[in-house]
Amino acid sequence: MTQNILELKDVKKQFGKTEIIRGLNLEVRRGERLAVIGPNGAGKSTLFHLISGRLSVSSGEIWFDGDRIHHCTAQQIYQRGLSRSFQITNLFSRQTVYENILSAAMWAQGYRYTFWKRISQLKPLHDRAQEVLELIGLAARRNVSVNLLTYAEQRALEIGMAVAGGSHTILLDEPTAGMSRGESDAAIELIKTVSMGKTLMIVEHDMGVVFGLADRVAVVVYGQVIACDTPENIRANAKVQEAYLGVKKDQKKEVTDGIA
Amino acid sequence: MTTHSLIASRAGGLTNSRLTLMWLGFAAVLLFAPHVFTSSLAHSHLTQMGTGIVLALSYNILLGQSGMLSFGHAAFSGLGAFMSVHAMNLAGGGTFWLPLPLIPVVGALTGLAFAALIGYVITRISGVAFAMITLGIGQMTYASALMFPGFFGGEGGVSTNRVYGEPILGWTFGPQIQVYYLVAFWLFICVMATFYLTRTPFGRLLNGVRDNEERIPFIGFNPHKLRYMAIMTSGLFAGIGGSLMAINFEIATDEVLSLHESGAVLLFTFIGGTTSFFGPMLGAVIGVLLTKLLPDYTAGWQMYLGIVFILVVVYAPGGISSLLKPGMDMVRRTILHKRYALFFRLLLSVTALVVSAILLIELLYHRATGASDPLSLWGFSLDHQGFIAWVIAIALLLAGLLTIKASGRALVRQLAEDTAQLEGEAQ
Repeated sequence: MTQNILELKDVKKQFGKTEIIRGLNLEVRRGERLAVIGPNGAGKSTLFHLISGRLSVSSGEIWFDGDRIHHCTAQQIYQRGLSRSFQITNLFSRQTVYENILSAAMWAQGYRYTFWKRISQLKPLHDRAQEVLELIGLAARRNVSVNLLTYAEQRALEIGMAVAGGSHTILLDEPTAGMSRGESDAAIELIKTVSMGKTLMIVEHDMGVVFGLADRVAVVVYGQVIACDTPENIRANAKVQEAYLGVKKDQKKEVTDGIA
Repeated sequence: MTTHSLIASRAGGLTNSRLTLMWLGFAAVLLFAPHVFTSSLAHSHLTQMGTGIVLALSYNILLGQSGMLSFGHAAFSGLGAFMSVHAMNLAGGGTFWLPLPLIPVVGALTGLAFAALIGYVITRISGVAFAMITLGIGQMTYASALMFPGFFGGEGGVSTNRVYGEPILGWTFGPQIQVYYLVAFWLFICVMATFYLTRTPFGRLLNGVRDNEERIPFIGFNPHKLRYMAIMTSGLFAGIGGSLMAINFEIATDEVLSLHESGAVLLFTFIGGTTSFFGPMLGAVIGVLLTKLLPDYTAGWQMYLGIVFILVVVYAPGGISSLLKPGMDMVRRTILHKRYALFFRLLLSVTALVVSAILLIELLYHRATGASDPLSLWGFSLDHQGFIAWVIAIALLLAGLLTIKASGRALVRQLAEDTAQLEGEAQ
């Protein structure tokens, strides 16, 4: 078993002539919590789309758990144990919270395209869905249509959908975006709980979340990883401060305080 | 409460015992309906309702459950009908042994096979593009009916005789009532099968494809495969529907493959309601009533059909079935709070609208036909060439249009107040 669960080697992604990811290299260690930060438009979400198979790479290689996955479809990558959440809430809109979780838990429970068994008879599936509901704190809202949930609840469900299948690697794309401080704190606790014993990659703008959660931080600027290190080292990294935050050396102290 | 009973109670209160009751009730309705409506014409209409329900349910696997709008559903049911007619002729001629009650299996396999053949390619896409392609498939199949007269029988179609072989338990399936029971038998099987399909993991995933196809790969499934399976399931049941149609009419013509036929399935499924399982069943029943019974009363039946469709699309996009529960609820609360005057006011507005609409349509049709004798309607003799009938109709229409909103709101508001007050007292 290799130490790295995920490796990106010289990955490039172009949309027409525009290069969004420009030779990106990144190694994610098994079981770590890695935060991906960077300015808007740096390519963080594109990076997640490439890893999760939503977009295909223009060139380069992505290795996951010892296999090359950059030619795999999104469902094949999911089936290998990598699941993700979305920056913009992406649920099954006309269904209840419980039905959303049921669908998300199905594959891992072995109920594939099953049309000869009734859901009501599948106890392990219900047990798993109930477990996830309790984990994300939505047990009381199980029969509510997801359209009627509050924003924070939808975000929690989004995380629940990503973990329901029991994947060992989880990608969360800005899970706390748009949340109040209180909601965001609750979300961090939730993320810590659900990612226990798993590998977690998280895109996040909120530095409080990043430094409270991550074992390592990768800084993406203009389609490349310019630094990947512990939060302390990243905070002290002059290159990061200049490139990512666009500040001159005389402003550095202010920024360092801001990050801290 | 365990997880299981929670699930059961959530699904609209449909626990297992309730479900059993529901199925028994449905079986009883199927069993006794021809004894309530006893004329042979009624039996023919009931039989057509049965086949219509099978077709509408098969269509709703695509539209309501998977969000796939198809304009070519007649391709599956029509091919099912043609293959069934040929199978009946061959079995009747002694080429192979296949009793009539099993002919729908031929239709099912035909629908399934055709869906399997064309479905793989066309389900790669979804949305408007899918709808356009189904239109093409429908037209192509229809065109082939005239291109290959050897199989499709040209303009005259292929006819058959459903009475062949040895009678089964004394049944020859010649009389309409015996055909009705054959259709009812298959209807029961199809309703049960499609109902339970909605409650399987596959059924849940089809809803996922409908609600957010983009997410499906990220919970491990292939949306293309799901859509492909959906169209094959739909094709299978549509084939059964086509087969039942062939058994009932003893003929299959190019008409069964036409765009008109595809449109009818779409129309009535939508009128009934695509959002509930039972909506399409209601739609099929309404469909037969509107297209088979209404023409006996008025030449303008298609006009009524169009108006009903437009009203449903605009005011009840969930179909007529979506109005049943709130409608019943309104009546229940009216009785509970004794708000009869307000209810009567609303009823009056609705009646004015319905009566005036019928009056106007009938007057217009009567005028268009160039008839000189007065229009006879509800026992009245109305002179369509004079002013009075038109003035009355337009005045009624205006009265209805001007009052319906206000009377509706007044009742709804009053009932809401009453309910709030009742809840306040309860606390």
